Amino acid sequence: MKTKNLKLHVWRQNGPTDTGRFEDHVAENVSEHMSFLEMLDELNERLIADGKDPVAFDHDCREGICGMCSMVINGHAHGPHERTTTCQIHMRHLFDEGWDEVWVEPWRASAFPIQKDLVVERQALDEIIHAGGYISIRTGSARDANEAPIPKPIADRAFDAATCIGCGACVAACPNASASLFTAAKIAHLGLLPQGQAERMSRAKRMVAKMDELGFGGCTNHGECEKACPKGISIDFIAQMNRDLLKAVITDRDVPSGHGDGE
Amino acid sequence: MATKALTLYETTIGKKAVMAVSGVVLLGFTVGHLAGNLKAYAGPTEYNEYAQWLRTVPALLWGTRLALLFAVAAHIYSAFSLWRRNKQARPTRYHKKADLATDYAAKTMYLSGPILLFYILFHLVHLTFGGQIFGEGLIFGLEGYTWEVSNPYNNLVRGFQHWPVVIPYVLGVLALGVHLFHGIWSMFQSLGANHPKYNHLRRDVAIGLAALLTIGNLSFPIAVMAGYLEPTALRFNFPELG
Repeated sequence: MKTKNLKLHVWRQNGPTDTGRFEDHVAENVSEHMSFLEMLDELNERLIADGKDPVAFDHDCREGICGMCSMVINGHAHGPHERTTTCQIHMRHLFDEGWDEVWVEPWRASAFPIQKDLVVERQALDEIIHAGGYISIRTGSARDANEAPIPKPIADRAFDAATCIGCGACVAACPNASASLFTAAKIAHLGLLPQGQAERMSRAKRMVAKMDELGFGGCTNHGECEKACPKGISIDFIAQMNRDLLKAVITDRDVPSGHGDGE
Repeated sequence: MATKALTLYETTIGKKAVMAVSGVVLLGFTVGHLAGNLKAYAGPTEYNEYAQWLRTVPALLWGTRLALLFAVAAHIYSAFSLWRRNKQARPTRYHKKADLATDYAAKTMYLSGPILLFYILFHLVHLTFGGQIFGEGLIFGLEGYTWEVSNPYNNLVRGFQHWPVVIPYVLGVLALGVHLFHGIWSMFQSLGANHPKYNHLRRDVAIGLAALLTIGNLSFPIAVMAGYLEPTALRFNFPELG
């Protein structure tokens, strides 16, 4: 079993208004089989034993599906392994990179205020969903399979978009802190299916307006988000969102009488 | 919930669409501009007649110029407005940030863009308004390089006999190539031109057009420096080319 001593620079910040700074630690005899979060757990146990404040970080399921864990490890959102959340990163992945020194930072975006250390508030993503990431009609109870004919490739694409776990790595990795991939995935997974057609145009308008309002940056088509996404969601969905939004705004039939569209 | 009335330009996506559409206009011009200038290889008479022909209908000439000016203004204004917004979206930068997908062209759009702007101004001062600006005097103070009314061919060829003209030209053309490599691909994405059947072509088109414009435009200084294009002793009289 391979072990290593690792130099850590961990971002410490007492609250949203604190300026924050890196704190240096050494993680000794780190096993290659430890997960990255277990390595931080050990660091925290030591800090607690020394009567110091442990490093705050988000985590929940630790099996790559909840979307809670969020940190930038040596410049990689979720760490150095493709299609993998931070909690599923193991120390061997870092050893493979040949890293002896590791900088651990929170997601950085003005729309994601830092709560403490590595914990950021990602409510902004929920607000984008609230703006239109749903189907507002009553869909009744579960229908028989294949009652609504949906071609397999379309269903697959919708599912690809729906694999988004809302972790925010796309925002973290984007040079502009844009939430385009997240918003696009949410718009696409409903917009591709028959149930989502009724509100397809208004959904694009509302969710994009909310995304912009919350202070996320715009997309400059670099593709960093796609690489950082633990679910490998394609930036093709961003093109689809752009198309929906352009179509919605250009072909807008809403009369500006104070009535919302469809509500 | 009140839905905010949304104008296209207010959204980041709308601004990118403006960048894409104005970019297409400017791209169209650069392709036509290269096609026209390739007439230099057909000889001085063809080249100068073409230059004269461009100015036969002043309304068309000025209409095109105004459209281009408008496209440049829209392109720059949207770029600046997005740039400012994107800076605000991440006030604290990462200590370390890996680029996993960002290529050199994408990373330097805010550099190649301003380089192009300055280059275009230089280019206009040089070859479009050279006669008005330098009059009878030496162009850029270069020895033996004076403006020849009615002879754009010689104005072009003589310029490329001087390094102080060639160097900014080459830099400008390279910046154009790099800018278009990302810009053309980005244009497809921004306008939502996306289909699994044709997506692979988007990069090919970007590379093809960027390469065509870079190589085509670089051919002029190379041809002059190599002695393939030489100044002509022919005299021309085209009243519109004042």
